[in-house]
Amino acid sequence: MAVKKYEAGVKAYRQTYWMPEYKPADTDILAVFKITPQPGVDREEAAAAVAAESSTGTWTTVWTDLLTDLDYYKGRAYAIEDVPGDDTCFYAFIAYPIDLFEEGSVVNVFTSLVGNVFGFKAVRALRLEDVRFPLAYVKTCNGPPHGIQVERDKLNKYGRPLLGCTIKPKLGLSAKNYGRAVYECLRGGLDFTKDDENVNSQPFMRWRDRFLFVADAIHNAEAETGERKGHYLNCTAPSPEEMYERAEFAKEIGMPIIMHDYLTGGFCANTGLARWCRKNGMLLHIHRAMHAVLDRNPHHGIHFRVLTKALRLSGGDHLHSGTVVGKLEGDREATLGWIDLMRKSFVPENRSRGIFFDQDWGSMPGVFPVASGGIHVWHMPALVSIFGDDSVLQFGGGTLGHPWGNAAGATANRVALEACVDARNRGLEIEKEGKAILTEAAKSSPELKIAMETWKEIKFEFDTVDKLDVVNR
Amino acid sequence: MAEMQDYKSTVKYETFSYLPEMSAEKTRGHIAYLIKKGWNPAVEHVEPARSFNHYWYMWKLPMFGEQSVDRVLEELEACHREYPNHHVRVIGYDNYAQSQGLAFVVYRGKR
Repeated sequence: MAVKKYEAGVKAYRQTYWMPEYKPADTDILAVFKITPQPGVDREEAAAAVAAESSTGTWTTVWTDLLTDLDYYKGRAYAIEDVPGDDTCFYAFIAYPIDLFEEGSVVNVFTSLVGNVFGFKAVRALRLEDVRFPLAYVKTCNGPPHGIQVERDKLNKYGRPLLGCTIKPKLGLSAKNYGRAVYECLRGGLDFTKDDENVNSQPFMRWRDRFLFVADAIHNAEAETGERKGHYLNCTAPSPEEMYERAEFAKEIGMPIIMHDYLTGGFCANTGLARWCRKNGMLLHIHRAMHAVLDRNPHHGIHFRVLTKALRLSGGDHLHSGTVVGKLEGDREATLGWIDLMRKSFVPENRSRGIFFDQDWGSMPGVFPVASGGIHVWHMPALVSIFGDDSVLQFGGGTLGHPWGNAAGATANRVALEACVDARNRGLEIEKEGKAILTEAAKSSPELKIAMETWKEIKFEFDTVDKLDVVNR
Repeated sequence: MAEMQDYKSTVKYETFSYLPEMSAEKTRGHIAYLIKKGWNPAVEHVEPARSFNHYWYMWKLPMFGEQSVDRVLEELEACHREYPNHHVRVIGYDNYAQSQGLAFVVYRGKR
């Protein structure tokens, strides 16, 4: 064995952390960063610096480095690639040995990968584009409490996307009036209604009152329609103790599903709640407030496909994915990439969808992508075509804004959804023939006809800010 | 715009129950679809009053590997003839997903 001597001072990062000859092990956690270096810092040094600062390194040599086997624990920058069409930055691929991380801890992995290194002066901007979690690590995580198939079985929903709606106005309703809005949506044909993420337990509506009135709405809507219903009761709370108190109460009153905001609530709380949900037979809907702060800037932050993987490992049965067609940001190919990451058991590398690595999820359950935000009946053919059956489509304004009220709005959406699935199954190209399909369905549904007249002209045609770097722009 | 209507709710039974009753031709299309998907067709029925239950009565056993749309339609009709007042549904069992790929009521029962 080679003998190492301690020499104080500062070494170039590349001497230790740039290893282009390294072949990643099957058990390594792999990451690809988009690095925009400061002027005068070359690519290899910048890549090695990111590998060092996100693993074992610090700015200077320390004598205690020699008390361990750093060559075993260090992160290694093993490849560099151009970013198509952008000379200001490049991709750096880094391999981390699995033993750098606590088992089953999304918290620990992200504390390293997106920790101090993001404020590091030698890089002007840094973005975590993708992470490959080895199956050996995936198996240490709890993952979604139930997954897509179990949810379908529990709720008896087969062969079509599920339908939801976020109750509006998002703030200010009393618990009893709120329950009325829920009841109307569910009796009209929705599968779910949802607490807005901003609804926690404010002075105008405390959580316990909301839960009880919503439970009444669900029980009545189920009795009336003969179908299974749910409402995502938001258990996001100021502290874990209050979060669990709310979750316990939802279970006590027989509710099938609760909700959590995994970024503002935090990975620690989310993982705990997901485990509780598995143990207690509760479905878990996940909202993603704060994601655009992290994922929208093409040069700095964390790509949403990485946040998607973090959630699947931490645990959730539903996750908001963007709609492609509605009011919120989202490129079609990139969205298809991360909805695959939510649902599939194995997702191969596919650069045209922004997927940098093969990702094997093994037997980890899948997550329902949730398309929500600025969508209405006219979007239905495109949504069914983009998202397929294993998705939840949520029409907030598109249900509550119906001229005849929530129940009619819900029916309009349900009829449009079923008409699109019906047409698709029988071999029609629903995106191309969408107008004819909806017009035909509206002949037997006055609710749909009015909805189509109401929202005929609404479009959200703005270009996306964060495009995939696959072609020169 | 048409005048506002009062909302009348009726009992439903999940997928496609918000559309008018399926024509024979459409039903044929859906059965062809589930066979093409590689799913196994099955027929179930129940008294309408019990339709909320997870478990309906199986009509014989699922038709594993059945490739003929006509055979599936014959079983649906036979079930309906024997239980004219029951809901009769067709299911496509997806043994890879370990779930049902499709399930809908073909004959709507009478209360």
